[in-house]
Amino acid sequence: MADARRETIVNIVLAVALFVVPAVAYVIDEPFFITLATRVAILALAGVGLNLALGLGGMVSFGHAAFFGLGGYVAGVLAHHAFSGTPVFWGIPGTNQMIIIWIVAIVLSGMLAAIIGALSLRTSGIFFIMITLAFAQMLFFFTLSWPAYGGEDGLPIFVRNQFPGLNTMRIWELFLLSYAVLMIAILLFRMVRNARFGAALMAIRQNPDRAAALGISPFGVKLAAFALSGMITGLAGAMMADLTRFVSPAMLAWQMSGELIVIIILGGVGRLFGPVAGAGILVAFEVFFGGITEHWQFWLGLVLLGVVLFARGGLIGLIAGRDRHG
Amino acid sequence: MAEPVLDIRGVSKSFGALRATDDVTLTLVPGEIHALIGPNGAGKSTLIALICGGLRPDAGSIHFRGQEISGLSVAQRARLGLGRSFQISSLIPEYSARRNVMLAVQARLGHPYRFFRNVQRDAGLTGPAMEYLARVGLERRAHILASELSHGERRRLEIATALALEPAAFLFDEPMAGMGAEGARELIGFLDELRREAPILLVEHDMDAVFALADRISVLANGRIIASGSVHDIRNDPEVRRAYLGEEGA
Ligand SMILES: Nc1ncnc2c1ncn2[C@@H]1O[C@H](COP(=O)(O)OP(=O)(O)O)[C@@H](O)[C@H]1O
Ligand SMILES: [Mg+2]
Repeated sequence: MADARRETIVNIVLAVALFVVPAVAYVIDEPFFITLATRVAILALAGVGLNLALGLGGMVSFGHAAFFGLGGYVAGVLAHHAFSGTPVFWGIPGTNQMIIIWIVAIVLSGMLAAIIGALSLRTSGIFFIMITLAFAQMLFFFTLSWPAYGGEDGLPIFVRNQFPGLNTMRIWELFLLSYAVLMIAILLFRMVRNARFGAALMAIRQNPDRAAALGISPFGVKLAAFALSGMITGLAGAMMADLTRFVSPAMLAWQMSGELIVIIILGGVGRLFGPVAGAGILVAFEVFFGGITEHWQFWLGLVLLGVVLFARGGLIGLIAGRDRHG
Repeated sequence: MAEPVLDIRGVSKSFGALRATDDVTLTLVPGEIHALIGPNGAGKSTLIALICGGLRPDAGSIHFRGQEISGLSVAQRARLGLGRSFQISSLIPEYSARRNVMLAVQARLGHPYRFFRNVQRDAGLTGPAMEYLARVGLERRAHILASELSHGERRRLEIATALALEPAAFLFDEPMAGMGAEGARELIGFLDELRREAPILLVEHDMDAVFALADRISVLANGRIIASGSVHDIRNDPEVRRAYLGEEGA
């Protein structure tokens, strides 16, 4: 199992790099790179969520922006009401406490994912892709036409929400928080993958008829995985809103769903640190090529094509070989 | 005769104009091997799918352990104790032989919503899995991926996963297919013993195997059961000889 050892090394290198780059930037006082690293960490977190559905369960959701955006709007709307001192509804107050915001984002995203999953998981292939896209588009147009929270202009978060013991207005401290949450999510992903639930989920991806013949109901397991997946991506959305201090319908746009899929494919579908690698590549492209040419997405598309054609396992697969669960 | 484990009454299933299963009545009683034979396209696999839940009957009833199961899903029927092997090997290709069996053990032990313990270090799964693999002679191939096993080994792995379900009835769809003379002989000896654990509904083309093993034989042609009885009865049934055995040159 030399491949497994190599993957562990790659994972450690990625975890260390994502920490060391902003740490150096902190020391030499280059906050821009800390912001970038925080962005990578949060996008990777959203990717960990999608990787659970897509990587382990084979559910190619083209609508995960719905959960990302819902999480974002939870942060934005609660912060908005905390700032203005008005209730959200029925006298429920807003809040500027991240922990409460995160819990609300996780619960609502999980519920939304359970509903979307229940209505779409009987289909598969291209139909599943289109149905998840349709649900996300519905929510996208809803936020677009909802003037109370800015409509298409979006909603600013004037003061970043707070976390006990940290000054979240300092980007380095916000990075540490995001990094810690990402690492916890990756450990959670690993635990779920290695447990009975993961065994059932990956088996269903490969051969649903077989799983059913053994007595494992594919629908129930996939639905639970989809809900869990939506929760993690929703949490990432809430954190992204606080990083950018702004939420807008763009968070729910199909491009966002596409970006999350791109992250998974670039990094390696189903791989533990695939989302970290993928988010790193995506943000690097955005920044370095985005500075040189407006058409950076074209070059990213080319790389993506190369990955799909010649390196099906993404970056992790390229370095560490095939994924094995023997 | 003992109370049947599986009791199929008047079951029919059509695909468009084709009656793939035509008013089939059949039972499986404890301790027996009931062989189901018939030419290609007779409807044997369709009948297995009707029993397992992959297809829903148009008419008739299917009772398993005293309970009507026609309305249940495949997974629910499996949890009631229907242990099935597929005509075309149907395994989890990226799982090792051991993990394939572990999955069956896990499925038998209960609901899959456990998020914490690493299955590879779960002796409650790995231990039994190795025992079932040993029973089909695959213990040395435990760590080979299912997709990398030979055809014969995959057939044996199918059986091992069916064993791991500890079912109340086995449904085997052509388990000998492509096994080779040596493998087939071993499997005959194995199934001969297995009937004591649970009765077996055996779909099989290998007539030597059927005549060696079956307590009862039912002959299917064009979706209908044209004869049913002991090995002796079936061998001497003129209609069967004409419709089936003659054709096979047996
Ligand atoms: N899903 C299906 N749709 C249409 N026809 C089918 C389907 N499954 C089986 N058949 C037809 O039903 C008949 C019985 O098939 P099958 O049960 O596979 O036979 P056997 O297993 O005895 O060889 C065949 O004529 C086959 O073509
Ligand atoms: Mg058949």
